[in-house]
Amino acid sequence: MNIDRRHIVSMKDFTRDEIDVVLERAIKLEPLARGGRSDILAGNILALLFYEPSTRTRMSFETAMLRLGGSVLNLGSKEASSVVKGETLADTIRVISTYSDAIVLRHPSEGSARMAAEYASVPIINGGDGAGHHPTQTLLDLYTIKKESHLEQLDIAIVGDLKYGRTVHSLAYALSLYGANITLVSPQQLKIPDQIKEDLKAMGARVSETENLDEVLDSVDVLYMTRIQKERFPDPTEYSKVVGAYKITEAHLDNLREDMIIMHPLPRVYEIDASVDDSAHARYFEQSFYGVPIRMALLTMVLGVEV
Amino acid sequence: MTLKKEVRVHPIRDGTVIDHIKAGQAMNVLRILGITGSSSAVISVAMNVSSQDIGSKDVVKIENRELMEKEVDKIALISPNATINIIREFGVAGKHRVELPEMVESMVRCANPNCISNTNEPVSSKFEVKKGPIRLRCIYCEHVITENIVEQLL
Ligand SMILES: Nc1ncnc2c1ncn2[C@@H]1O[C@H](COP(=O)(O)OP(=O)(O)OP(=O)(O)O)[C@@H](O)[C@H]1O
Ligand SMILES: [Mg+2]
Ligand SMILES: [Zn+2]
Repeated sequence: MNIDRRHIVSMKDFTRDEIDVVLERAIKLEPLARGGRSDILAGNILALLFYEPSTRTRMSFETAMLRLGGSVLNLGSKEASSVVKGETLADTIRVISTYSDAIVLRHPSEGSARMAAEYASVPIINGGDGAGHHPTQTLLDLYTIKKESHLEQLDIAIVGDLKYGRTVHSLAYALSLYGANITLVSPQQLKIPDQIKEDLKAMGARVSETENLDEVLDSVDVLYMTRIQKERFPDPTEYSKVVGAYKITEAHLDNLREDMIIMHPLPRVYEIDASVDDSAHARYFEQSFYGVPIRMALLTMVLGVEV
Repeated sequence: MTLKKEVRVHPIRDGTVIDHIKAGQAMNVLRILGITGSSSAVISVAMNVSSQDIGSKDVVKIENRELMEKEVDKIALISPNATINIIREFGVAGKHRVELPEMVESMVRCANPNCISNTNEPVSSKFEVKKGPIRLRCIYCEHVITENIVEQLL
């Protein structure tokens, strides 16, 4: 069990014990994430290689690095870099490896982070590879659940686009390591692929499916909402119907279990009405803050720094 | 008995007999071997031959040629029970079953068009091979190919 100086590519590379180590370390670092100062990463340079737009992931990595005394290098706009001249990712990774101590990569192709890890001489952290993995998102989701609810004996409903939303697949996979009871709530068109459902069951998760959001509202510990993208629906009227059916508003609040929390990876569009934001159930803004201690924890680990 | 007759009709002195090919796959085996209408090799193909052990099978016989490891691995992907018989001086000088490798590299194209292995990056495709019904899992994007592997062969 040794995550030190290792690449972070997919949740499938983590055992449950390793996840627990990351979460414990994030707990230690959280006070620093809340505005403290430290120099434990002083002298380290993190390169941020984002080939696709990102606000939360990029900025929370920067914040994590800066609050721990490290520095960041940005790729800058595509136009300003040699990417536009057609340099391969493999070459870029080789070069940036010689300028930095770790690299966060977001790239539109699935498998790009795995490939980058083959060419890098420093740790690669996958910040999202196309429709593929986004392990730091999954870890911050787990951290949120641990802090705001509980990972053991968890009852969770995951709602929305379960077909294409592959970060949902990583989350469900990680939760199955904890034996969670998972209810998948989605319209027929966006059901989780059978193969993934079978894999989850084989790993010990209890998995059930429904199309009806109301069914789960008074029973689960965590309601995990996701965005349903318009592009998935050839027919706009079908889209509006579905969006309406998978939306949480003030009207639902009375029916919720008292200690149930609502999560969302953000950005949200219609899935959660702004009227829910001030309720005791809402946790999505805390969730995005938790990206900072989680990324601090991962950075100290891949850089081999004791905490 | 039928097999004996086959031998009498097409005896070869030196070459390779690929036997127990899954019925219907003979043409794909030829494709893997790069045998087209314009090649000069002497080939005989038997399709849907009845066989005691596997019901019905295809057989491909090639004169004066032995197979390369990569060709054998590809044949294994589309017909995991095939046997390769080396023929020398009209007799079977060697026989082995094809064997599914645990990893295949540069042999199959990933079916996910958005996979990094399908771009101009300098990486070749790599798959983990799972047995049973054959499943190929891309080590880059984790996409799994279960059907029509032959269409994806490089
Ligand atoms: N000289 C030859 N020319 C053409 N084909 C041959 C020759 N010798 C053998 N074969 C063919 O090669 C295959 C293997 O021959 P073999 O004599 O080992 O048959 P077998 O005992 O049925 O083998 P198996 O147990 O693998 O089914 C058969 O399909 C046979 O017809
Ligand atoms: Mg026989
Ligand atoms: Zn792939």
